[in-house]
Amino acid sequence: MSTLSLAARDSGTMLRRNLLHMRRYPSMTLLLIGIPVILLLLFVYVFGGTLGAGLGPSGDRSDYANYVTPGILLITVVSAAQGTAISVAMDMTEGIIARFRTMAIFRPSVLTGHVLGSLIQTMLGLAAVTGVALLIGFRPTAGPVEWLAVIGVLAMITFALTWLSVALGLVSDSVETASNLPMPLILLPFLGSGFVPTDSMPTPVRWFADYQPFTPVMETLRGLLLGSGIGADGIIAVGWCLVISVLSFLWAKNLYNRNRAA
Amino acid sequence: MTSSTKPAIVATDLRKSYGDKVVLDGIDLMITEGTIFALLGPNGAGKTTTVQILSTLVNADGGTARVFGHDLTREPDAVRELIGVTGQFSAVDNLLTGRENLNLMADLCHLDRAAGRRRITDLLDQFDLVEAAGKPVSTYSGGMRRRLDLAMTLVGEPRVIFLDEPTTGLDPRSRRAMWQIIRALVAEGVTILLTTQYLEEADQLADRVAFLDHGRLIAEGTPRELKRLIPGGHVVLHFADQEGLDTAARTFVTATRDEAALTLQVPSDGGVGSLRALLDQLDRGSISVAGLSVHTPDLDDVFLALTGQPDIRAGRPDHERSAAR
Repeated sequence: MSTLSLAARDSGTMLRRNLLHMRRYPSMTLLLIGIPVILLLLFVYVFGGTLGAGLGPSGDRSDYANYVTPGILLITVVSAAQGTAISVAMDMTEGIIARFRTMAIFRPSVLTGHVLGSLIQTMLGLAAVTGVALLIGFRPTAGPVEWLAVIGVLAMITFALTWLSVALGLVSDSVETASNLPMPLILLPFLGSGFVPTDSMPTPVRWFADYQPFTPVMETLRGLLLGSGIGADGIIAVGWCLVISVLSFLWAKNLYNRNRAA
Repeated sequence: MTSSTKPAIVATDLRKSYGDKVVLDGIDLMITEGTIFALLGPNGAGKTTTVQILSTLVNADGGTARVFGHDLTREPDAVRELIGVTGQFSAVDNLLTGRENLNLMADLCHLDRAAGRRRITDLLDQFDLVEAAGKPVSTYSGGMRRRLDLAMTLVGEPRVIFLDEPTTGLDPRSRRAMWQIIRALVAEGVTILLTTQYLEEADQLADRVAFLDHGRLIAEGTPRELKRLIPGGHVVLHFADQEGLDTAARTFVTATRDEAALTLQVPSDGGVGSLRALLDQLDRGSISVAGLSVHTPDLDDVFLALTGQPDIRAGRPDHERSAAR
Protein backbone atom coordinates (compact mmCIF):
# COMPACT_ATOMS: atom_id res chain seq x y z
CA MET A 1 0.00 0.00 0.00
CA SER A 2 1.36 3.43 -0.84
CA THR A 3 2.03 5.85 1.98
CA LEU A 4 -0.78 8.12 0.85
CA SER A 5 -3.49 5.46 0.69
CA LEU A 6 -2.22 4.01 3.98
CA ALA A 7 -2.50 7.49 5.50
CA ALA A 8 -6.02 7.94 4.16
CA ARG A 9 -7.18 4.49 5.23
CA ASP A 10 -5.77 4.66 8.75
CA SER A 11 -6.94 8.24 9.26
CA GLY A 12 -10.40 7.13 8.17
CA THR A 13 -10.32 4.29 10.70
CA MET A 14 -9.25 6.65 13.47
CA LEU A 15 -11.92 9.14 12.43
CA ARG A 16 -14.56 6.41 12.81
CA ARG A 17 -13.16 5.73 16.28
CA ASN A 18 -13.48 9.39 17.25
CA LEU A 19 -16.98 9.69 15.82
CA LEU A 20 -18.02 6.64 17.85
CA HIS A 21 -16.61 8.33 20.96
CA MET A 22 -18.65 11.47 20.23
CA ARG A 23 -21.80 9.51 19.54
CA ARG A 24 -21.38 7.56 22.76
CA TYR A 25 -20.72 10.67 24.82
CA PRO A 26 -22.87 13.43 23.31
CA SER A 27 -22.72 15.44 26.55
CA MET A 28 -19.28 16.76 25.58
CA THR A 29 -20.59 18.02 22.23
CA LEU A 30 -23.64 19.60 23.89
CA LEU A 31 -21.47 21.33 26.48
CA LEU A 32 -19.24 22.76 23.76
CA ILE A 33 -22.26 24.19 21.94
CA GLY A 34 -23.81 25.35 25.20
CA ILE A 35 -21.06 27.82 26.08
CA PRO A 36 -21.33 29.95 22.89
CA VAL A 37 -25.12 29.81 22.94
CA ILE A 38 -25.21 31.13 26.51
CA LEU A 39 -22.73 33.88 25.64
CA LEU A 40 -24.81 34.78 22.59
CA LEU A 41 -27.99 35.09 24.64
CA LEU A 42 -26.17 37.00 27.36
CA PHE A 43 -24.62 39.51 24.98
CA VAL A 44 -27.73 40.07 22.88
CA TYR A 45 -30.37 40.17 25.63
CA VAL A 46 -28.39 41.57 28.57
CA PHE A 47 -25.73 43.82 27.05
CA GLY A 48 -27.19 44.13 23.54
CA GLY A 49 -29.33 47.22 24.08
CA THR A 50 -26.47 49.33 25.42
CA LEU A 51 -23.76 47.89 23.19
CA GLY A 52 -26.01 48.27 20.13
CA ALA A 53 -26.39 51.97 20.87
CA GLY A 54 -22.61 52.25 20.80
CA LEU A 55 -22.42 50.90 17.23
CA GLY A 56 -23.92 54.08 15.78
CA PRO A 57 -26.67 56.69 16.26
CA SER A 58 -29.50 54.33 15.26
CA GLY A 59 -27.92 51.15 16.73
CA ASP A 60 -30.14 48.82 18.73
CA ARG A 61 -30.32 45.27 20.00
CA SER A 62 -30.90 43.71 16.54
CA ASP A 63 -27.88 45.57 15.12
CA TYR A 64 -25.83 44.17 17.97
CA ALA A 65 -27.07 40.61 17.21
CA ASN A 66 -25.67 41.08 13.71
CA TYR A 67 -22.43 42.52 15.03
CA VAL A 68 -21.72 39.90 17.71
CA THR A 69 -22.55 36.72 15.78
CA PRO A 70 -19.14 36.39 14.03
CA GLY A 71 -17.45 36.76 17.44
CA ILE A 72 -19.74 34.10 18.89
CA LEU A 73 -18.89 31.79 15.98
CA LEU A 74 -15.20 32.13 16.90
CA ILE A 75 -16.06 31.43 20.53
CA THR A 76 -17.70 28.23 19.28
CA VAL A 77 -14.53 27.23 17.45
CA VAL A 78 -12.36 27.94 20.48
CA SER A 79 -14.72 26.14 22.84
CA ALA A 80 -14.61 23.07 20.60
CA ALA A 81 -10.81 23.35 20.42
CA GLN A 82 -10.69 23.20 24.20
CA GLY A 83 -12.72 19.99 24.01
CA THR A 84 -10.23 18.59 21.50
CA ALA A 85 -7.29 19.33 23.79
CA ILE A 86 -9.08 17.54 26.62
CA SER A 87 -9.99 14.49 24.58
CA VAL A 88 -6.47 14.21 23.11
CA ALA A 89 -4.94 14.43 26.60
CA MET A 90 -7.42 11.83 27.88
CA ASP A 91 -6.68 9.58 24.94
CA MET A 92 -2.94 9.75 25.59
CA THR A 93 -3.46 8.35 29.07
CA GLU A 94 -5.14 5.26 27.56
CA GLY A 95 -3.14 2.09 27.03
CA ILE A 96 -4.53 1.75 23.53
CA ILE A 97 -2.27 4.56 22.30
CA ALA A 98 0.74 2.37 23.16
CA ARG A 99 -0.86 -0.38 21.11
CA PHE A 100 -1.29 1.96 18.13
CA ARG A 101 2.38 2.89 18.39
CA THR A 102 3.43 -0.74 18.06
CA MET A 103 1.33 -1.30 14.96
CA ALA A 104 2.41 -0.87 11.35
CA ILE A 105 0.00 1.98 10.67
CA PHE A 106 0.30 5.57 9.44
CA ARG A 107 1.75 6.98 12.61
CA PRO A 108 -0.01 10.37 12.84
CA SER A 109 -3.39 8.74 12.10
CA VAL A 110 -4.32 8.92 15.80
CA LEU A 111 -3.94 12.69 15.52
CA THR A 112 -5.56 13.11 12.10
CA GLY A 113 -8.50 11.09 13.41
CA HIS A 114 -8.90 13.57 16.26
CA VAL A 115 -8.57 16.56 13.92
CA LEU A 116 -11.09 15.28 11.37
CA GLY A 117 -13.52 14.28 14.13
CA SER A 118 -13.22 17.67 15.81
CA LEU A 119 -13.64 19.41 12.47
CA ILE A 120 -16.96 17.62 11.91
CA GLN A 121 -18.03 18.22 15.50
CA THR A 122 -17.18 21.93 15.32
CA MET A 123 -18.90 22.47 11.97
CA LEU A 124 -22.07 20.88 13.39
CA GLY A 125 -21.73 23.09 16.46
CA LEU A 126 -21.29 26.18 14.27
CA ALA A 127 -24.45 25.27 12.33
CA ALA A 128 -26.39 24.92 15.60
CA VAL A 129 -25.09 28.23 16.97
CA THR A 130 -25.87 30.01 13.69
CA GLY A 131 -29.38 28.56 13.91
CA VAL A 132 -29.86 30.05 17.38
CA ALA A 133 -28.45 33.38 16.20
CA LEU A 134 -30.95 33.45 13.33
CA LEU A 135 -33.76 32.73 15.77
CA ILE A 136 -32.89 35.71 17.95
CA GLY A 137 -32.58 38.28 15.24
CA PHE A 138 -29.32 37.72 13.32
CA ARG A 139 -30.11 38.87 9.78
CA PRO A 140 -27.22 38.15 7.38
CA THR A 141 -27.35 39.49 3.84
CA ALA A 142 -24.96 36.87 2.44
CA GLY A 143 -25.79 35.07 -0.81
CA PRO A 144 -24.82 31.44 -1.58
CA VAL A 145 -21.26 32.38 -2.63
CA GLU A 146 -20.70 34.36 0.56
CA TRP A 147 -22.10 31.54 2.67
CA LEU A 148 -19.70 29.10 0.98
CA ALA A 149 -16.85 31.50 1.71
CA VAL A 150 -18.00 31.78 5.34
CA ILE A 151 -18.00 27.98 5.67
CA GLY A 152 -14.54 27.90 4.09
CA VAL A 153 -13.10 30.49 6.47
CA LEU A 154 -14.68 28.79 9.49
CA ALA A 155 -13.32 25.41 8.34
CA MET A 156 -9.84 26.90 7.96
CA ILE A 157 -9.74 28.57 11.37
CA THR A 158 -11.23 25.42 12.95
CA PHE A 159 -8.59 23.26 11.25
CA ALA A 160 -5.83 25.58 12.48
CA LEU A 161 -7.08 25.81 16.07
CA THR A 162 -7.80 22.08 16.19
CA TRP A 163 -4.20 21.23 15.31
CA LEU A 164 -3.10 23.78 17.90
CA SER A 165 -5.31 22.17 20.52
CA VAL A 166 -4.09 18.69 19.57
CA ALA A 167 -0.56 19.94 20.28
CA LEU A 168 -1.74 21.53 23.54
CA GLY A 169 -3.40 18.24 24.50
CA LEU A 170 -0.17 16.36 23.76
CA VAL A 171 2.08 18.77 25.63
CA SER A 172 -0.14 18.60 28.75
CA ASP A 173 0.92 16.13 31.37
CA SER A 174 -2.61 15.86 32.72
CA VAL A 175 -6.18 16.29 31.59
CA GLU A 176 -6.53 19.32 33.92
CA THR A 177 -3.64 21.06 32.21
CA ALA A 178 -5.15 20.26 28.83
CA SER A 179 -8.37 21.87 29.95
CA ASN A 180 -6.60 25.05 31.14
CA LEU A 181 -4.00 25.58 28.42
CA PRO A 182 -6.45 26.65 25.67
CA MET A 183 -8.19 29.10 28.07
CA PRO A 184 -6.38 32.20 26.76
CA LEU A 185 -7.80 31.43 23.31
CA ILE A 186 -11.32 32.04 24.58
CA LEU A 187 -10.29 35.59 25.55
CA LEU A 188 -8.99 36.44 22.09
CA PRO A 189 -12.39 37.18 20.51
CA PHE A 190 -12.99 39.63 23.40
CA LEU A 191 -9.56 41.23 22.94
CA GLY A 192 -10.40 41.79 19.29
CA SER A 193 -13.30 42.98 17.23
CA GLY A 194 -15.60 40.17 18.41
CA PHE A 195 -17.84 42.07 20.80
CA VAL A 196 -17.14 45.75 20.28
CA PRO A 197 -15.33 47.64 17.48
CA THR A 198 -11.61 48.00 18.22
CA ASP A 199 -11.63 51.79 17.69
CA SER A 200 -13.47 52.17 21.00
CA MET A 201 -10.47 50.68 22.85
CA PRO A 202 -7.47 52.49 24.42
CA THR A 203 -4.44 52.55 22.10
CA PRO A 204 -2.31 49.67 23.48
CA VAL A 205 -5.30 47.31 23.67
CA ARG A 206 -6.46 48.46 20.27
CA TRP A 207 -3.03 47.81 18.80
CA PHE A 208 -3.15 44.24 20.12
CA ALA A 209 -6.76 43.81 19.01
CA ASP A 210 -6.05 44.97 15.48
CA TYR A 211 -3.07 42.72 14.93
CA GLN A 212 -4.04 39.48 16.66
CA PRO A 213 -5.16 36.67 14.35
CA PHE A 214 -8.81 36.48 15.42
CA THR A 215 -9.68 40.04 14.38
CA PRO A 216 -9.08 39.60 10.64
CA VAL A 217 -10.97 36.29 10.76
CA MET A 218 -13.95 37.93 12.52
CA GLU A 219 -13.83 40.93 10.21
CA THR A 220 -13.80 38.62 7.19
CA LEU A 221 -16.81 36.70 8.50
CA ARG A 222 -18.61 39.94 9.33
CA GLY A 223 -17.93 41.35 5.89
CA LEU A 224 -19.11 38.20 4.12
CA LEU A 225 -22.23 37.77 6.28
CA LEU A 226 -23.35 41.39 6.40
CA GLY A 227 -22.02 42.62 3.08
CA SER A 228 -19.74 45.27 4.56
CA GLY A 229 -16.68 44.37 2.48
CA ILE A 230 -13.61 42.50 3.72
CA GLY A 231 -10.67 44.45 2.27
CA ALA A 232 -7.31 42.88 3.06
CA ASP A 233 -8.74 40.99 6.05
CA GLY A 234 -9.60 37.96 3.90
CA ILE A 235 -6.01 37.39 2.79
CA ILE A 236 -4.63 38.08 6.28
CA ALA A 237 -7.14 35.65 7.82
CA VAL A 238 -6.21 32.90 5.36
CA GLY A 239 -2.52 33.60 6.03
CA TRP A 240 -2.97 33.31 9.80
CA CYS A 241 -4.89 30.04 9.39
CA LEU A 242 -2.14 28.55 7.23
CA VAL A 243 0.64 29.64 9.58
CA ILE A 244 -1.14 28.34 12.69
CA SER A 245 -2.04 25.07 10.94
CA VAL A 246 1.46 24.31 9.71
CA LEU A 247 3.26 25.26 12.93
CA SER A 248 0.75 23.43 15.11
CA PHE A 249 0.84 20.33 12.91
CA LEU A 250 4.64 20.18 13.10
CA TRP A 251 4.56 20.76 16.84
CA ALA A 252 1.91 18.07 17.40
CA LYS A 253 3.71 15.57 15.18
CA ASN A 254 6.95 16.18 17.01
CA LEU A 255 5.27 15.77 20.40
CA TYR A 256 3.58 12.55 19.37
CA ASN A 257 6.77 11.02 18.02
CA ARG A 258 8.95 11.74 21.01
CA ASN A 259 9.67 8.76 23.20
CA ARG A 260 7.84 9.03 26.43
CA ALA A 261 9.27 7.58 29.59
CA ALA A 262 7.23 4.66 30.86
CA MET B 1 5.96 -27.23 20.12
CA THR B 2 8.07 -26.95 17.00
CA SER B 3 11.59 -28.24 16.80
CA SER B 4 12.71 -25.15 14.91
CA THR B 5 15.79 -23.42 16.23
CA LYS B 6 15.45 -20.23 14.22
CA PRO B 7 15.89 -17.20 16.45
CA ALA B 8 12.79 -14.98 16.53
CA ILE B 9 14.35 -12.27 18.68
CA VAL B 10 18.02 -11.50 19.06
CA ALA B 11 19.07 -8.62 21.29
CA THR B 12 22.59 -7.57 22.09
CA ASP B 13 23.70 -5.31 24.90
CA LEU B 14 20.44 -3.34 25.21
CA ARG B 15 20.81 -0.26 27.38
CA LYS B 16 18.35 2.32 28.59
CA SER B 17 18.48 5.06 31.17
CA TYR B 18 15.92 7.60 32.23
CA GLY B 19 17.90 10.53 33.59
CA ASP B 20 20.62 9.04 35.79
CA LYS B 21 18.49 6.01 36.53
CA VAL B 22 19.92 3.04 34.65
CA VAL B 23 16.97 0.83 33.76
CA LEU B 24 18.67 -1.63 31.43
CA ASP B 25 22.35 -2.23 31.91
CA GLY B 26 23.29 -4.39 28.92
CA ILE B 27 20.78 -7.13 28.14
CA ASP B 28 21.44 -10.00 25.71
CA LEU B 29 18.54 -12.17 24.60
CA MET B 30 18.13 -15.01 22.11
CA ILE B 31 14.61 -16.29 21.77
CA THR B 32 13.91 -19.30 19.57
CA GLU B 33 10.91 -19.30 17.27
CA GLY B 34 7.90 -21.13 18.64
CA THR B 35 8.94 -21.02 22.28
CA ILE B 36 7.90 -19.14 25.39
CA PHE B 37 10.63 -17.09 26.96
CA ALA B 38 9.89 -15.71 30.39
CA LEU B 39 11.55 -12.62 31.77
CA LEU B 40 11.26 -12.80 35.49
CA GLY B 41 12.03 -10.16 38.03
CA PRO B 42 10.69 -7.90 40.75
CA ASN B 43 9.03 -4.55 40.07
CA GLY B 44 11.49 -2.07 38.63
CA ALA B 45 13.88 -4.73 37.33
CA GLY B 46 13.48 -3.50 33.76
CA LYS B 47 10.98 -6.04 32.40
CA THR B 48 8.54 -3.53 30.98
CA THR B 49 11.33 -1.41 29.52
CA THR B 50 12.69 -4.47 27.72
CA VAL B 51 9.27 -5.13 26.22
CA GLN B 52 8.86 -1.46 25.28
CA ILE B 53 12.17 -1.47 23.45
CA LEU B 54 11.61 -4.78 21.66
CA SER B 55 8.11 -3.72 20.61
CA THR B 56 9.42 -0.44 19.08
CA LEU B 57 7.63 1.68 21.66
CA VAL B 58 10.80 3.35 22.95
CA ASN B 59 14.31 3.47 21.53
CA ALA B 60 17.19 1.87 23.37
CA ASP B 61 20.10 4.13 24.28
CA GLY B 62 22.51 1.44 23.15
CA GLY B 63 22.66 -2.06 21.76
CA THR B 64 20.86 -3.67 18.85
CA ALA B 65 17.90 -5.96 18.47
CA ARG B 66 16.33 -7.83 15.59
CA VAL B 67 12.97 -9.50 15.21
CA PHE B 68 13.12 -12.17 12.51
CA GLY B 69 16.15 -10.41 11.11
CA HIS B 70 14.57 -6.94 10.99
CA ASP B 71 16.48 -4.31 12.89
CA LEU B 72 14.31 -2.45 15.42
CA THR B 73 15.59 1.03 14.67
CA ARG B 74 16.16 0.71 10.93
CA GLU B 75 12.98 -1.14 9.97
CA PRO B 76 10.49 -0.49 12.76
CA ASP B 77 7.48 -0.98 10.49
CA ALA B 78 8.71 -4.39 9.30
CA VAL B 79 9.03 -5.36 12.95
CA ARG B 80 5.57 -3.96 13.75
CA GLU B 81 4.07 -6.13 11.00
CA LEU B 82 5.30 -9.22 12.87
CA ILE B 83 4.61 -8.41 16.48
CA GLY B 84 1.70 -8.02 18.83
CA VAL B 85 1.82 -6.49 22.29
CA THR B 86 -0.43 -6.99 25.27
CA GLY B 87 0.81 -4.64 27.92
CA GLN B 88 0.47 -4.43 31.63
CA PHE B 89 -2.10 -1.65 31.34
CA SER B 90 -5.00 -2.72 29.25
CA ALA B 91 -4.69 -1.47 25.70
CA VAL B 92 -8.37 -1.42 24.91
CA ASP B 93 -10.66 1.47 24.02
CA ASN B 94 -13.00 1.80 26.99
CA LEU B 95 -15.59 3.85 25.12
CA LEU B 96 -16.09 1.19 22.46
CA THR B 97 -17.70 -2.23 22.68
CA GLY B 98 -15.65 -5.41 22.50
CA ARG B 99 -16.62 -5.99 18.88
CA GLU B 100 -15.87 -2.37 17.93
CA ASN B 101 -12.42 -2.72 19.50
CA LEU B 102 -11.75 -5.82 17.42
CA ASN B 103 -13.14 -4.09 14.31
CA LEU B 104 -10.75 -1.23 14.92
CA MET B 105 -7.84 -3.68 14.99
CA ALA B 106 -9.03 -5.46 11.84
CA ASP B 107 -9.17 -2.11 10.03
CA LEU B 108 -5.75 -1.06 11.28
CA CYS B 109 -4.30 -4.43 10.26
CA HIS B 110 -5.79 -3.72 6.81
CA LEU B 111 -7.75 -6.96 6.67
CA ASP B 112 -10.42 -6.96 4.03
CA ARG B 113 -13.96 -6.79 5.35
CA ALA B 114 -14.89 -10.47 5.02
CA ALA B 115 -11.59 -11.75 6.40
CA GLY B 116 -11.81 -9.27 9.26
CA ARG B 117 -15.31 -10.33 10.16
CA ARG B 118 -14.36 -14.03 10.13
CA ARG B 119 -11.33 -13.39 12.30
CA ILE B 120 -13.38 -11.37 14.80
CA THR B 121 -16.09 -14.02 15.04
CA ASP B 122 -13.43 -16.68 15.68
CA LEU B 123 -11.65 -14.59 18.31
CA LEU B 124 -14.85 -13.66 20.18
CA ASP B 125 -15.68 -17.35 20.26
CA GLN B 126 -12.19 -18.49 21.26
CA PHE B 127 -11.94 -15.93 24.06
CA ASP B 128 -15.43 -16.49 25.38
CA LEU B 129 -16.55 -12.95 24.63
CA VAL B 130 -19.51 -13.63 22.32
CA GLU B 131 -22.09 -12.48 24.86
CA ALA B 132 -20.14 -9.41 25.89
CA ALA B 133 -19.27 -8.38 22.33
CA GLY B 134 -21.94 -5.69 22.14
CA LYS B 135 -21.29 -4.17 25.56
CA PRO B 136 -18.95 -1.24 26.20
CA VAL B 137 -15.57 -2.38 27.49
CA SER B 138 -15.94 -0.09 30.53
CA THR B 139 -18.43 -2.66 31.90
CA TYR B 140 -16.02 -5.62 31.53
CA SER B 141 -14.39 -7.48 34.42
CA GLY B 142 -10.61 -7.58 34.73
CA GLY B 143 -10.41 -11.03 33.22
CA MET B 144 -12.67 -10.16 30.27
CA ARG B 145 -10.70 -7.01 29.62
CA ARG B 146 -7.44 -8.96 29.56
CA ARG B 147 -8.93 -11.53 27.20
CA LEU B 148 -10.17 -8.83 24.86
CA ASP B 149 -6.76 -7.18 25.05
CA LEU B 150 -5.08 -10.38 23.92
CA ALA B 151 -7.74 -11.02 21.27
CA MET B 152 -7.02 -7.54 19.85
CA THR B 153 -3.33 -8.40 19.72
CA LEU B 154 -4.14 -11.56 17.78
CA VAL B 155 -6.31 -9.94 15.09
CA GLY B 156 -3.26 -9.33 12.91
CA GLU B 157 -1.93 -12.88 13.48
CA PRO B 158 1.43 -11.76 14.85
CA ARG B 159 4.36 -14.20 14.82
CA VAL B 160 5.87 -12.74 17.96
CA ILE B 161 3.76 -11.73 20.94
CA PHE B 162 4.94 -9.69 23.89
CA LEU B 163 2.95 -10.32 27.02
CA ASP B 164 3.84 -7.88 29.76
CA GLU B 165 2.57 -9.33 33.03
CA PRO B 166 -0.50 -10.83 31.38
CA THR B 167 -1.96 -12.22 34.58
CA THR B 168 -1.09 -9.52 37.13
CA GLY B 169 -4.24 -8.68 39.05
CA LEU B 170 -6.25 -11.61 37.72
CA ASP B 171 -8.02 -14.09 39.97
CA PRO B 172 -6.66 -17.68 39.96
CA ARG B 173 -9.32 -18.93 37.57
CA SER B 174 -8.77 -16.19 35.01
CA ARG B 175 -5.04 -16.77 35.38
CA ARG B 176 -5.40 -20.46 34.51
CA ALA B 177 -7.61 -19.55 31.55
CA MET B 178 -4.93 -17.14 30.34
CA TRP B 179 -2.26 -19.82 30.71
CA GLN B 180 -4.28 -22.18 28.51
CA ILE B 181 -4.65 -19.52 25.86
CA ILE B 182 -0.90 -18.85 25.94
CA ARG B 183 -0.09 -22.56 25.60
CA ALA B 184 -2.47 -22.87 22.64
CA LEU B 185 -0.77 -19.94 20.90
CA VAL B 186 2.66 -21.49 21.19
CA ALA B 187 1.29 -24.79 19.92
CA GLU B 188 0.43 -22.89 16.73
CA GLY B 189 4.06 -21.80 16.35
CA VAL B 190 3.86 -18.29 17.78
CA THR B 191 6.87 -17.02 19.74
CA ILE B 192 6.11 -15.44 23.09
CA LEU B 193 8.12 -13.16 25.31
CA LEU B 194 6.40 -13.14 28.65
CA THR B 195 7.26 -10.99 31.62
CA THR B 196 6.02 -11.92 35.04
CA GLN B 197 6.72 -11.52 38.70
CA TYR B 198 5.18 -14.90 39.40
CA LEU B 199 7.75 -17.66 39.47
CA GLU B 200 5.04 -20.26 39.23
CA GLU B 201 3.86 -18.72 35.98
CA ALA B 202 7.31 -18.90 34.42
CA ASP B 203 7.71 -22.44 35.72
CA GLN B 204 4.36 -23.48 34.25
CA LEU B 205 4.70 -21.86 30.86
CA ALA B 206 8.22 -21.06 29.83
CA ASP B 207 10.69 -23.06 27.80
CA ARG B 208 13.42 -20.74 28.96
CA VAL B 209 13.54 -18.31 31.84
CA ALA B 210 15.78 -15.33 32.43
CA PHE B 211 16.06 -13.52 35.74
CA LEU B 212 16.25 -9.78 35.49
CA ASP B 213 17.43 -7.75 38.47
CA HIS B 214 18.40 -4.08 38.47
CA GLY B 215 18.58 -4.01 34.69
CA ARG B 216 20.82 -7.04 34.28
CA LEU B 217 20.22 -10.66 33.44
CA ILE B 218 21.56 -12.58 36.39
CA ALA B 219 20.71 -16.09 35.18
CA GLU B 220 19.16 -17.78 32.19
CA GLY B 221 18.18 -21.32 31.33
CA THR B 222 15.34 -23.82 31.31
CA PRO B 223 13.40 -23.94 34.59
CA ARG B 224 15.06 -27.32 35.28
CA GLU B 225 18.55 -25.96 34.69
CA LEU B 226 17.87 -23.00 36.92
CA LYS B 227 16.59 -25.16 39.73
CA ARG B 228 19.74 -27.23 39.46
CA LEU B 229 21.75 -24.06 40.07
CA ILE B 230 20.93 -24.21 43.73
CA PRO B 231 21.03 -26.97 46.26
CA GLY B 232 18.26 -27.02 48.78
CA GLY B 233 16.16 -30.12 48.18
CA HIS B 234 15.40 -31.65 51.55
CA VAL B 235 12.91 -33.54 53.66
CA VAL B 236 11.78 -32.01 56.92
CA LEU B 237 10.97 -34.45 59.71
CA HIS B 238 8.73 -33.16 62.48
CA PHE B 239 8.91 -34.66 65.95
CA ALA B 240 6.53 -34.73 68.87
CA ASP B 241 9.27 -34.40 71.54
CA GLN B 242 12.94 -33.70 72.16
CA GLU B 243 13.71 -37.39 72.58
CA GLY B 244 12.52 -38.26 69.07
CA LEU B 245 14.57 -35.44 67.63
CA ASP B 246 17.68 -36.61 69.46
CA THR B 247 17.30 -40.20 68.30
CA ALA B 248 16.77 -39.16 64.71
CA ALA B 249 19.70 -36.74 64.78
CA ARG B 250 21.98 -39.63 65.74
CA THR B 251 20.73 -41.62 62.74
CA PHE B 252 20.98 -38.80 60.16
CA VAL B 253 24.31 -37.22 60.92
CA THR B 254 24.27 -34.87 57.91
CA ALA B 255 20.94 -33.36 58.89
CA THR B 256 20.39 -29.89 60.31
CA ARG B 257 18.33 -29.77 63.47
CA ASP B 258 16.03 -27.04 64.65
CA GLU B 259 15.58 -27.32 68.41
CA ALA B 260 12.79 -24.80 68.71
CA ALA B 261 10.61 -26.26 65.98
CA LEU B 262 11.57 -29.86 66.84
CA THR B 263 12.40 -30.54 63.21
CA LEU B 264 15.23 -32.18 61.37
CA GLN B 265 16.13 -31.13 57.83
CA VAL B 266 17.52 -34.09 55.90
CA PRO B 267 19.17 -33.36 52.52
CA SER B 268 17.36 -35.23 49.75
CA ASP B 269 16.48 -34.81 46.09
CA GLY B 270 12.87 -35.42 47.03
CA GLY B 271 12.57 -38.39 44.66
CA VAL B 272 10.50 -41.47 45.48
CA GLY B 273 13.58 -43.70 45.78
CA SER B 274 15.36 -41.59 48.31
CA LEU B 275 12.14 -41.10 50.25
CA ARG B 276 11.68 -44.86 50.51
CA ALA B 277 15.28 -45.23 51.76
CA LEU B 278 14.64 -42.53 54.32
CA LEU B 279 11.48 -44.21 55.58
CA ASP B 280 13.31 -47.53 55.79
CA GLN B 281 16.00 -45.91 57.92
CA LEU B 282 13.35 -44.46 60.23
CA ASP B 283 11.75 -47.90 60.52
CA ARG B 284 14.99 -49.61 61.34
CA GLY B 285 15.77 -47.10 64.06
CA SER B 286 12.18 -47.30 65.39
CA ILE B 287 12.01 -43.55 65.23
CA SER B 288 8.49 -42.17 65.38
CA VAL B 289 7.92 -38.99 63.40
CA ALA B 290 4.94 -36.70 63.88
CA GLY B 291 5.07 -35.50 60.30
CA LEU B 292 7.13 -35.16 57.19
CA SER B 293 7.31 -32.65 54.37
CA VAL B 294 9.23 -32.75 51.11
CA HIS B 295 10.80 -29.60 49.80
CA THR B 296 12.09 -29.44 46.22
CA PRO B 297 13.77 -26.26 45.04
CA ASP B 298 11.46 -24.06 43.00
CA LEU B 299 12.21 -20.93 41.03
CA ASP B 300 11.52 -18.91 44.16
CA ASP B 301 14.56 -20.48 45.81
CA VAL B 302 16.62 -19.82 42.72
CA PHE B 303 15.58 -16.22 42.58
CA LEU B 304 16.19 -15.64 46.28
CA ALA B 305 19.54 -17.38 46.09
CA LEU B 306 20.58 -15.31 43.08
CA THR B 307 19.42 -11.95 44.35
CA GLY B 308 19.92 -12.50 48.07
CA GLN B 309 23.52 -13.69 47.78
CA PRO B 310 25.37 -11.31 45.55
CA ASP B 311 28.46 -13.54 45.35
CA ILE B 312 26.70 -16.57 43.93
CA ARG B 313 27.69 -15.53 40.43
CA ALA B 314 31.36 -14.62 40.72
CA GLY B 315 31.03 -11.41 42.65
CA ARG B 316 28.46 -9.58 40.58
CA PRO B 317 27.21 -6.63 42.61
CA ASP B 318 23.58 -7.36 42.04
CA HIS B 319 22.40 -5.05 44.74
CA GLU B 320 24.42 -2.08 43.78
CA ARG B 321 23.56 -0.55 40.49
CA SER B 322 26.78 0.18 38.67
CA ALA B 323 26.04 2.64 35.95
CA ALA B 324 29.66 3.06 35.04
CA ARG B 325 31.19 0.61 32.66
